[in-house]
Amino acid sequence: MKRRSSFSRTLGRVLTYALAILIALWILVPIYLIGVSAFGEKLSAYTYPRPFWPAPFTIETMAFFLKSGGVIKSVQSSVIVALITLVLSTLIGAPAGYAIARFIFSGRDAFRLIVVSTRSFPIVILSIPLAVFFIEWGMYDSVYSLALMHTALALPFTILVTSSVFASIPRDLEEAAQTLGCSQFQAFLRISLPLALPGLAAATLFTFVLSWNEVFAAVILTVRNRTLPALVLTVLDESQLPYRFAGGFFMMVPSLIFMLFIRRYLLNLWGRVTK
Amino acid sequence: MAEIKIINVQKQFGKVLANRDINLTIHDREFMVLLGPSGCGKTTLLRGIAGLDPIDSGSIYIGDTDVTDLPPRKRRIAMVFQSYAVFPHLTIFENIAFGLRMQRVANQDVKKRVEAAAELLQITDLLKRFPAQVSGGQRQRVAVARALAAESEVLLMDEPLSNLDALLRLEMRAELKRLLKEVKSTVVYVTHDQIEALSLGDRIAVMKNGSILQCDTPLRVYDHPANEFIGSFIGNPPMNFLRGTVQMDGSRVNVQAGGASIQPPSSMESILKQKISSGVRLGIRAENIEVVSKAQKDAMTGKVLVVEPLGSHNLLTVMVGDQRVKVNAHADSLFQPGQAIWLRSASEKIRWLDVESGMALAE
Repeated sequence: MKRRSSFSRTLGRVLTYALAILIALWILVPIYLIGVSAFGEKLSAYTYPRPFWPAPFTIETMAFFLKSGGVIKSVQSSVIVALITLVLSTLIGAPAGYAIARFIFSGRDAFRLIVVSTRSFPIVILSIPLAVFFIEWGMYDSVYSLALMHTALALPFTILVTSSVFASIPRDLEEAAQTLGCSQFQAFLRISLPLALPGLAAATLFTFVLSWNEVFAAVILTVRNRTLPALVLTVLDESQLPYRFAGGFFMMVPSLIFMLFIRRYLLNLWGRVTK
Repeated sequence: MAEIKIINVQKQFGKVLANRDINLTIHDREFMVLLGPSGCGKTTLLRGIAGLDPIDSGSIYIGDTDVTDLPPRKRRIAMVFQSYAVFPHLTIFENIAFGLRMQRVANQDVKKRVEAAAELLQITDLLKRFPAQVSGGQRQRVAVARALAAESEVLLMDEPLSNLDALLRLEMRAELKRLLKEVKSTVVYVTHDQIEALSLGDRIAVMKNGSILQCDTPLRVYDHPANEFIGSFIGNPPMNFLRGTVQMDGSRVNVQAGGASIQPPSSMESILKQKISSGVRLGIRAENIEVVSKAQKDAMTGKVLVVEPLGSHNLLTVMVGDQRVKVNAHADSLFQPGQAIWLRSASEKIRWLDVESGMALAE
């Protein structure tokens, strides 16, 4: 009886790991293949089976991709859009998140619901009328108007994450600060904000990645000031396979690095507590 | 001077009246304990004094200042929270220094006062650590040190010992008492633990359902509970309550209870005379009951139900008629369940209460 249960426990664990490895491979293998092709010789992109290691290793393809028309400029655009999005959504979203976490006001639940429901509109449906407005207002094809759009897309996430970050900081701490001579605002600045900072940083990083990767709105709302994903999507469609891999790899790296940083907070967000 | 005057304070949460028309004056440097079961409004009252939850009506004075509409930082208070509320991102030193930094005290004075407070609570060697690196009991000390370092005129404590384990609580209780004797603050201390209240307080305000039922010295509250609730809430075991009938024996008043004929003190006679028709309730503490081995005129007849040896004494549960009575008997007494015994109590140790209201009859 005891042996059987320990056997089934082992089996269960093996299956869990097998499934986890399978899922990991599902994501990692394409990333790896992109990397191999991006740093391999041009011709290796067409060989089959793919070489397991980019031999000979070369950055020629990457360099060619980076030097090709408009890539550097679109990277600049992407960074500007992402930074504006990050700043705006933090400035607007963090106070909203704080309010949801700390204050009980009528309509709080409704507000939370509305915030989430904005994400249920497909971006394409939002983008086209928005493009029309932007054209009317003379804001079309600008990194700033695209940043506004991305801010709108990022806000629900920012608000919900920051509210969960602030909710995890006991109210007692702010109250204690108030009894020790702080105003409500000072208590926030000296106690809650420093404690929330790691979580807030995670939220802003995620916003950055979200903007960096966003392609639908970018394609519709920009023409000459393309962001990198929009450029990759439109231009590389007509280019050779190795350059597509190079473009894909270049797009992917920042997201991967950011994910590494904020992994802990994302897990927290899904309800798992990590210490 | 930091006398606290609470005048007609009222506070409502939704439909619940947490504080109903509370009036209480806490003297300068007094140690006042707010005692009551959970939900009685004691913490609400404390937070009202602190200014963390604004009160609905009434006013609060600290010293000569009307603080009713002042924010906590302008009330010259310090508070120890039940959860300690130690700031996790600051070292123990900076935690204790926090209030002083806010008052812009000069650096060397901050150091001096933090070290003095740490010394008092014996946490000097922890000053460089972060709260996560010390134990719960030590964090509790940090919270107290932080409140003391502020040297405010009023010290508010919200169940500061309730998160400690039993042994640590006992130790910290005595230490708090020693500490707070040295501090010149007026202390308001909230607890639901009657022993804590008895051991620490200069006075105890017993609360229930948002009202203060009795406010008096620990001994008075223990010996002369204002009503049945207080008698059974304070003391372990709770006070015994027995039915009695009042009779006239010639010109003297006589009370019959549990088969005993008790002669009340002469000071009670005129009040008890009015209770001839309604009867009276007798409140007797377990330690004020003497077990006698044979029948006496003024002894109640009982039968031992349970014997619990508690080391220092034996706790007996005795059936007197259909009423249970707790009695403290000597540790070396040899009683058996089922044994018939007789219980005597000196009549001046008996409290007399109204049958209907449960209120103590005034002497």
